[in-house]
Amino acid sequence: MTDISISIKDRTGKIHSVSAPTDMAMNLMELVKSYEIEDEGTIGTCGGMAMCASCQCYILSEHQLKEMDDDEEAMLSEAFFVKDNSRLSCQIFITKDLDGLEFEIAPAS
Amino acid sequence: MIKTDILIIGAGPTGLFAVFEAGLLKMKCHLIDALAQPGGQCAEIYPKKPIYDIPGFPEILAGELVDNLMSQCKQFEPGFTLGERADKLEKLDDGSFIVTTNKGTKHNSKIIAIAGGLGSFEPRKPVLENLQKYEDNGVDYMIKDPQKFKDKSVIIAGGGDSALDWTIFLAEICKSVTLIHRRNEFRGALDSVDKVIELKNKNKVNVITPAEVEKLHGDKKLEKITIRINQENVKEISTDFFIPLFGLSPKLGPLSEWGFEIEKNAIKVDTFDYQTNIPGIFAIGDINTYKGKLKLILCGFHEATLMCQSAYKILNPGKNLILKYTTVSGVHGFDGSKKEAEKSVIKSINS
Repeated sequence: MTDISISIKDRTGKIHSVSAPTDMAMNLMELVKSYEIEDEGTIGTCGGMAMCASCQCYILSEHQLKEMDDDEEAMLSEAFFVKDNSRLSCQIFITKDLDGLEFEIAPAS
Repeated sequence: MIKTDILIIGAGPTGLFAVFEAGLLKMKCHLIDALAQPGGQCAEIYPKKPIYDIPGFPEILAGELVDNLMSQCKQFEPGFTLGERADKLEKLDDGSFIVTTNKGTKHNSKIIAIAGGLGSFEPRKPVLENLQKYEDNGVDYMIKDPQKFKDKSVIIAGGGDSALDWTIFLAEICKSVTLIHRRNEFRGALDSVDKVIELKNKNKVNVITPAEVEKLHGDKKLEKITIRINQENVKEISTDFFIPLFGLSPKLGPLSEWGFEIEKNAIKVDTFDYQTNIPGIFAIGDINTYKGKLKLILCGFHEATLMCQSAYKILNPGKNLILKYTTVSGVHGFDGSKKEAEKSVIKSINS
């Protein structure tokens, strides 16, 4: 079994528990899009290049994630509604150690 | 009034390739784009990023792809209205359309192809109370006419290329320029960062980091702003202008009021020819949606090609059209140029 479970809180506050594949090189932004959790065009508008911040999310669980690289950090420094637990979901790839991850999608801007 | 056969809204890869396909069928195109240069996202957001799924190109930079598309369609002499957003649509009694931009430029054509990607690029606005009150009253999101800021005090916020570039430019003409950024590092070309540091050392610009703008003040127009430095100290600075430069985000904008069927923030089309619910208006590339839609440049090229076949039939009723291969027929430009395969010379062997 290569799928893990992830819990996503959408922009209206609704929680979606979804199954996420670890063998498709998918990131969390793509996961949100694949389940059509947010309106098309409001998330991942740059396609996942850390260049628009439309996929910003807040990590709610205690999982240890890979550190931000410069691109992600720079983009978040220009984003709005940024908190200490903000990340760009397009930069977090789905791996087995993310099983049980909980995150919330930041407001659209 | 600009008149053309096909008016293309959006000068990204799909729109540019549509010019070429239309040209093969002797139809002339004119393009409108909100950005100042053609190429759409490829040119504006990621010109230096490689693309690996353009057929025939194992790897090509987005900027190079745009250059190639421009050179491929050049002989069909497309017209451009750049830096203007298509705002209004009217239908005339003769069945043609008039599209007016936000700057009042009017375009007339029988066919419209919307190739607007994710929409027109609009500035991302910071979340600040009263921001709207000061828009065009001290707050600007784009610098259209730099002379407006001559001998004035200006505060720029942002950490990317445009914040750096405009800081450098305005330092020469403004009374004072202050650059505010949320962190100490800037994301921009190294040259620009060095130049800003140099200007700072010469006291020609003020750079305040890490800092954020918190409040705007002023009776009728902007007079001063409050910033928070290092998440602690609060400071007020008097200013004539505040220019937040936090990048651009695509918005469907006025197109959503043109009467199209919209689904998933995109325009619904018939996959026969990518025509919308308004006859004569097509939507191609990332801006359209249909069952099985994939937002890929290569799909946009396919859609542009099919769209041109139907456009031809609308413009030339009763005329039969046959698909021609460029290898066989060559490419005959509107500029008089002609590209064609060299004829092979066959020499008989006499035994």
